[in-house]
Amino acid sequence: MASNLATAEGAVSTAPDFAARASVALKDAGLRRKFRRAMDGLMTKRAAQFPDADAWTSLRARGSAIRRRSLARLPELLEQLDTRCRANGIQVHWAETSADADRIIQGILTDHGVRTVIKGKSMVSEEIHLNDFLARHQISAVESDLGEFVIQLAHETPSHIIMPCIHKSREDVAALFHSQIPDQAYTDDVDALTATARRVLREQFASADAGLSGVNFAVAETGTLCLVENEGNGRLSTTLPPLHIAVMGLEKVVERLEDVPPLLTLLTRSATGQPITTYVNFISGPRRQGEQDGPHEVHLVLLDNGRTRIFGDSQLRETLACIRCGACMNHCPVYTRVGGHAYDAVYPGPIGKILTPQINGMETAGDLPHASSLCGACGEVCPVSIPIPNLLVRLRGEAAHRDPASTVKGNGARHSSLEDLTWRGWRLMYSIPLAYRLGTRLLTLVGNAMPASLPMLKNWTSVRTKPQFARQPLNVLVRSRGIDHE
Amino acid sequence: MIPIPDKPDTVYFFGTCLIDLFYPEAGLAGIDLLQRQGIRVVYPQGQSCCAQPARNCGFAEDARAVARNQLRHFPKPWPIVVPSGSCAGMMREHYPELFAGEPDEAEARAFADRVFELTWFLVHVCKIAVHDQGAPVRVTFHGSCHSQREMGVRDEPKQLLRDLSNVTFVELARPAECCGFGGTFSVRLPEVSGAMVADKVADIAETGAAEVLSGDCGCLLNISGAMAKNGSPVRARHIAEFLKERCYGK
Repeated sequence: MASNLATAEGAVSTAPDFAARASVALKDAGLRRKFRRAMDGLMTKRAAQFPDADAWTSLRARGSAIRRRSLARLPELLEQLDTRCRANGIQVHWAETSADADRIIQGILTDHGVRTVIKGKSMVSEEIHLNDFLARHQISAVESDLGEFVIQLAHETPSHIIMPCIHKSREDVAALFHSQIPDQAYTDDVDALTATARRVLREQFASADAGLSGVNFAVAETGTLCLVENEGNGRLSTTLPPLHIAVMGLEKVVERLEDVPPLLTLLTRSATGQPITTYVNFISGPRRQGEQDGPHEVHLVLLDNGRTRIFGDSQLRETLACIRCGACMNHCPVYTRVGGHAYDAVYPGPIGKILTPQINGMETAGDLPHASSLCGACGEVCPVSIPIPNLLVRLRGEAAHRDPASTVKGNGARHSSLEDLTWRGWRLMYSIPLAYRLGTRLLTLVGNAMPASLPMLKNWTSVRTKPQFARQPLNVLVRSRGIDHE
Repeated sequence: MIPIPDKPDTVYFFGTCLIDLFYPEAGLAGIDLLQRQGIRVVYPQGQSCCAQPARNCGFAEDARAVARNQLRHFPKPWPIVVPSGSCAGMMREHYPELFAGEPDEAEARAFADRVFELTWFLVHVCKIAVHDQGAPVRVTFHGSCHSQREMGVRDEPKQLLRDLSNVTFVELARPAECCGFGGTFSVRLPEVSGAMVADKVADIAETGAAEVLSGDCGCLLNISGAMAKNGSPVRARHIAEFLKERCYGK
């Protein structure tokens, strides 16, 4: 069993560029089949939730307006959130970097003598690589979301922001449980596998010293943390242990409590095609005097990690409107083919292609904005109307051009004089009518003699025949056909 | 939604650079279809490319220089009809943002509002009536991403095909999915693009169609190249060429 796992993990490439990682992923027929099937299912379920185009348009406009309004007032809303949370007895911590967030969380845990923390699903905790950090400080973090539990057992990272183990089949999970959970007989019965996870996790919930969760939305006017989930693990993580730490990206704040329902409607329908999740948690402080349950302490860690920098650019700020539904990846023809790990990033798919380069910088992630055919499927389904294709184009420019006024991390890191020159040549041919007419004449005369071994043509002909140039361009033909050609 | 203008006496025809180099007969067919609707078609000789390749790669300044050339060569207030949803989308959707803050921004906006995709224009503005004169044939249609998502061209070309009495139109299983062209994407990430076009070719084969039609030459170049490499007998061509041949002969 262990050898099977090694093979599966070996398929995840750690090559420095997307093209090479995608190449490895594409050769894994099983992986492609799994993603195709899963994404087809998610697309169908989402579509069923938005049967009326007008209703979708108006709900989306409402959600978009809420997120834009919240972002427009982000600094003051965060101050308000801080004040209201404190009034509710929630201790608030501000973390400028991932390392700061890790240290703050570890500090709280160490102060309370915590050895084991049970975790609800949190992508921000992935972003700050919390589990590894805590392990180095002898604190064990146990993932309690079923998908996260599976990938933690497999020592992998999530391949999707909502369904972290979507790259694993039932048989993969069966083999994993058999090899990793003591006394677990092999079974690929889903109910039996779920029961096993439940049994293992129940023990962890009962014995954990602290719980950690993410936050879907934080309400500034009330100091309330909203958390949605389907398994009840989020509720257990945030109520059973004596200490609860919530970690969120600072863009997740909204103005008013009434802003939450429309966003939840968009979030769950877009993400999993559910009208509502099984659990919707509103957390507004620790256990109060006389109450029977709930943690004795609640902490909120607000993570910046480059978000303030992104906020400073009025166009790129749109990135922060994201409510992390994952619909963009579910509908992405590239993601569907290569899976989440090919992005080698916490956030894969279209949102990852605009977020990762901005957080990590163009030096390491500058090729991600190019991992798109700009088909626009992501922008079309985004429930808060983030113009992802336009932002991809913007970031391609940020990677390619050095601009002293740019605030984008690693601006110009992918600058190439050859590329500059190529586009300059293109510009000359296509902006001067005489050059264009001569150019098209020439290409139609001799273009077919170009060897297929030319660099770009070689890539083209790897799966296609050489394009055949016409005998004469249209601009010549219109004249001979007597078409008005002023 | 793009507002439907009254049927004009004269239109400009923007031929696109891919048609110039690879599919001039599609351009001629587009012009012919418009002329047969009683419209005078003017083809400005100074035109070149919509500038999408540079814009999409983040080279806005070079894109603007090329786009500016188009602004100059379509001076009259006539509609500009384009036999490509992608080039039309570039001009209609992206010129305003490309020229934002530039001295000729207003000109670019006015230009953008005059841009229409060919099949949409034939259906909504010309209210074209098609009379099939061809032999029975089974076809399918691939709508480009930008024609669908930027120009709102969804059912128009398919309706034209359904209206042809001897043509059996079969919808693709995934009509809204990208064929993997994406301009420079096809050569920057050839393997990902290759996986996408392979799926598109399989989808086309499933329909049992003898021909796949499209309103966009980028997709056609990609799909026909991949089919030829696989030895597929399915023919790929621009819908304008097909419509012209069915209704008016070669």
